[in-house]
Amino acid sequence: MADTPADNTPAGTPAERVPTVVADGVDIVYRVNGTGAGRGSATAALNRIVRRKKAEKAAGVRRVHAVKNVSFVAYRGEAIGLIGTNGSGKSTLLKAVAGLLPVENGRIYTDGQPSLLGVNAALMNDLTGERNVHLGGLAMGMSRAQIKERYQEIVDFSGINDKGDFITLPMRTYSSGMAARLRFSIAAAKDHDVLLVDEALATGDRSFQKRSEERIRELRKHAGTVFLVSHSNKSIRDTCDRVLWLERGELRMDGPTDEVLKEYEKFTGGPDRAAKPAPKAKTAA
Amino acid sequence: MSQVLHTPPPKPAPASPASLADEHDLAALAARHGLTVSGARPSLPEYVRQLWARRHFITAFATAKLTAQYSQAKLGQVWQVMTPLLNAAVYYFIFGVLMNTSRGVEDFVPFLVTGVFVWTFTQSSIMAGTKAISGNLGLVRALHFPRAALPVSFCLQQLQQLLFSMAALVVILLAFGVPPAPSWVLAVPALVLQFLFNAGVSLFMARVGAKIPDAAQLMPFLLRTWMYASGVMFSIDHMTGPDSGLPSWVGTVLQLNPAVVYIDLMRFALIDTFDASHLPPHVWALALGWALVAGVGGFIYFWKAEETYGRG
Repeated sequence: MADTPADNTPAGTPAERVPTVVADGVDIVYRVNGTGAGRGSATAALNRIVRRKKAEKAAGVRRVHAVKNVSFVAYRGEAIGLIGTNGSGKSTLLKAVAGLLPVENGRIYTDGQPSLLGVNAALMNDLTGERNVHLGGLAMGMSRAQIKERYQEIVDFSGINDKGDFITLPMRTYSSGMAARLRFSIAAAKDHDVLLVDEALATGDRSFQKRSEERIRELRKHAGTVFLVSHSNKSIRDTCDRVLWLERGELRMDGPTDEVLKEYEKFTGGPDRAAKPAPKAKTAA
Repeated sequence: MSQVLHTPPPKPAPASPASLADEHDLAALAARHGLTVSGARPSLPEYVRQLWARRHFITAFATAKLTAQYSQAKLGQVWQVMTPLLNAAVYYFIFGVLMNTSRGVEDFVPFLVTGVFVWTFTQSSIMAGTKAISGNLGLVRALHFPRAALPVSFCLQQLQQLLFSMAALVVILLAFGVPPAPSWVLAVPALVLQFLFNAGVSLFMARVGAKIPDAAQLMPFLLRTWMYASGVMFSIDHMTGPDSGLPSWVGTVLQLNPAVVYIDLMRFALIDTFDASHLPPHVWALALGWALVAGVGGFIYFWKAEETYGRG
């Protein structure tokens, strides 16, 4: 591990290691109505209501077992990457750590309130960028004073106003790249104890990606622990010193970045064809 | 630095029990370091405190929703007033002109418009409450906040909408020769109580709607039935009076209906010819009672399932 990122606060002697997130045999199951054998027909629906508890499957409720018996301990100062092919349960696990998705079995213990980096859902396309900054900040639990204080910083970081006064236009008029940049800037304005990042690095143009990576590193310094979900092995390598590899909802490997990534690259077929296409382009073979 | 990960150390280390990650007893490890279960439901007082801390978000979200509603229309925010006025015009055309339900009701237009606006407030609050969680799963699955913020925020949006309607109503009242009176002030406590009632029912329905999304399909029918039982477009007095042929308990039961209580209170406050003789007995006690029962009950019922919202 020659090139662990600059700050080396993590884990000096074992005695100092303080756990921040403990996952203990976590299972997460989604239930989807109106699929399966019954195809949402009237009889299937009726069946579902009458025999709700007994035969979920027969009644047309599909159970999707997204995360299976995953256990790990994350310590203060660690930056942990989550990798795996599409649909392997990375984002689901992250949401459960944040306490946003109930777990089926097992427990997740956390120190303080982990927060997901992202405010997309709270923003409204019909409102101006300016109002969305306020709304997003409030939705993340910032106070009005904090938002006022950081407002200029957020707008400057997003670079929305570089090409004219766009922040006073409704967000629906933004290009998708511009909107993504504003969303990231709002989300990254708050400091977190445990920070969960879901592929946020893959937004915007190259120069913005660089800036956001920098910002993530900065947030990492303030945060106790960082989780990063990404399909870009490069950004995992750059930011994380430990990697969890999920495959079909199971924890396949847990270890230092280099070791796990080597195995993962073998699994997905060849190393990341770095930097040429968009870093998102990597999917399951 | 060495990163020994995950592999439980084979050698016993009883000297420093707290130092090693005991992979076999993660719960004990968590407990030792004071970690708490992620996404657990807070206690009721703590929940109230959290909700209060998010009051700025609640108001900002309500205002944002209201503004976003008409932002694509050419007339923009003018629709805030136009929509209730057009609604009132349609009801007047059907119930005033075509069906002539106005017989025996003084100041029929103010009577009707007040009823429609006040009823719409309750109706849209409950409708929005039913979809508050199920229609905002993205938000629920992305951010932390007490989930009660959503239904409450939607009710607040409807209250703001109603205030626009009230501005229109004042114009209508004056145009139809209803004089301004000190009793208009009574509209404020009536609205506060109605808001509490609406918020409570919305919270209740939000939990139901989160568990059973089909509730959103069923609610319009229930609400419409409720509307016709609430004397929005006609006088319940006239319908259930001694010459109507209905047993007298029907009238009594109808007058306990919270929608009737709030609508009649507003009419009593605003319209001079709608005097106290038209009000159900003990009307303020009823209004307060309904507000407390629905408000407190709905809130506790919603809170009880706090940790389960967000499951698909």
